[in-house]
Amino acid sequence: MINSSEVLQTIEMFDRQHLDIRTITMGISLLDCADPSQEAACRKIYDKICRRAEKLVSTGQAIEKEFGIPIVNKRVSVTPISLVAAASDCTDYVPFAAALDKAAKTVGVNFIGGFSALVQKGFTQSDRKLITSIPEALATTELVCSSVNVGSTKAGINMDAVAEMGRVLKKTADLTAASGGFGCAKLVIFANAVEDNPFMAGAFHGAGEPECVINVGISGPGVVHHALQQVKGQPFDVVAETIKKTAFRITRMGQLVAREASSRLDVPFGIVDLSLAPTPAVGDSVARILEEMGLEVCGTHGTTAALALLNDAVKKGGVMASNHVGGLSGAFIPVSEDEGMIAAAQQGALQLDKLEAMTCVCSVGLDMIAVPGDTSAETLSAIIADEAAIGMVNSKTTAVRLIPAPGKKVGDMVEFGGLLGSAPVMPVHPFSSSAFIQRGGRIPAPMQSLKN
Amino acid sequence: MRAVITVAGKDQVGIIAAVTKELAEQNVNVLDITQTILPPDFFTMVMLVDAGACKVPFGDLADLMSDLGRRLGLNIHAQREDTFNAMHRI
Repeated sequence: MINSSEVLQTIEMFDRQHLDIRTITMGISLLDCADPSQEAACRKIYDKICRRAEKLVSTGQAIEKEFGIPIVNKRVSVTPISLVAAASDCTDYVPFAAALDKAAKTVGVNFIGGFSALVQKGFTQSDRKLITSIPEALATTELVCSSVNVGSTKAGINMDAVAEMGRVLKKTADLTAASGGFGCAKLVIFANAVEDNPFMAGAFHGAGEPECVINVGISGPGVVHHALQQVKGQPFDVVAETIKKTAFRITRMGQLVAREASSRLDVPFGIVDLSLAPTPAVGDSVARILEEMGLEVCGTHGTTAALALLNDAVKKGGVMASNHVGGLSGAFIPVSEDEGMIAAAQQGALQLDKLEAMTCVCSVGLDMIAVPGDTSAETLSAIIADEAAIGMVNSKTTAVRLIPAPGKKVGDMVEFGGLLGSAPVMPVHPFSSSAFIQRGGRIPAPMQSLKN
Repeated sequence: MRAVITVAGKDQVGIIAAVTKELAEQNVNVLDITQTILPPDFFTMVMLVDAGACKVPFGDLADLMSDLGRRLGLNIHAQREDTFNAMHRI
């Protein structure tokens, strides 16, 4: 039998250290919803999501109650809409986003991902229509998330898409200016996007995925932070072991929830994503874990090494706890969603360049970072290109979720509320990258792509 | 189906009586109890129970126990044993 100290340790993780399952995400294939009539396609999309995800939220709530494990979000990801919509005779894809939004509201999930296109090697006509529709789609819907994959290790970087996404970001921010450019918080620009990521805003249901699948994203920075407080001053070997053990425990919770949800919904289990996802709540920060390792403030010298250790130890600990690990798996560093990152950025200790370096060793990229509203589209594109290059060369996922906050200047705060938190506006380099971005074309795939 | 009930909070007269009374009313059988006081007066109790013949669905029992906790000013959780086995046993 479990002894009482183990029981109380678990209870404390839930009650005091913010341990939770961040998301149960149901992936749904919409490939069979393609139709020459846009109206018919939208109806099929709405009907299929409502049918498949009808019991997702209630099942999540039942598991939460019976096992005593908080499950913060229930979400849906769908086949990239550029694939589903390609058959339809229309130029404007906003009605597809509206259908997704309506379905998400009907089933009660808090986000739906998949208003997406994969253009790492080039655009189809449908990809172009989708990308053109992104600003209005994000401005006129509430729950729809969008992503565009612009590069990969295999294909290189589509610099025409990179240039276009800079303009899309600007337009999205302008159309949602009243909410600080909130539309951009729902738009991720990827390199090496994964097909089974359960986390928003970048989740979509890849073409290689089954008809319907359950993926679970864990969390738990607070638990790791607490564990490290018990090994103050000890060498990194001990730090790594402590993180591994903690990650194992957290992941086992994810595996339990995933298995249970999969069996109750009669939908196959896909993966557990072992990610340390912070929230703006005090005690739930990745930055504070790095500081616990001995850094005065996150962002100072040593931060990249600390994050590298954390990211690796999380994976090593978690991988044995689940039979299928996938998604992004690692540590997230979304600035606006992490209380410690916000504080570090406000002090000027954490800059965009350091964050870029950190993305070389963590699971994603430049995430939830507000930049001045007058940042040019070309500069945004150049930031995207840098990030995509890191992903391409290191065979890892990188993502950019930047908010060029309209009317805001360096030092201002942009409030998004809820899990998305608040972002201090960070400076970008004032020198132009315009001629670089205007070249267009493709950056060839690196040598790493030739593994066959 | 086995479950773990945890009770924590300031000590007072009648905690065990109140918890076991509620369990008995719902036809839940107690299998094991570990109870201790952390000085000066912090009460903790971990109970292993069999809720297989519980009169209400387990989710409702979990609600009943948290409601009882609120009335007594204590933290009471009822969770399926699987939660703890998953975390602490390979």
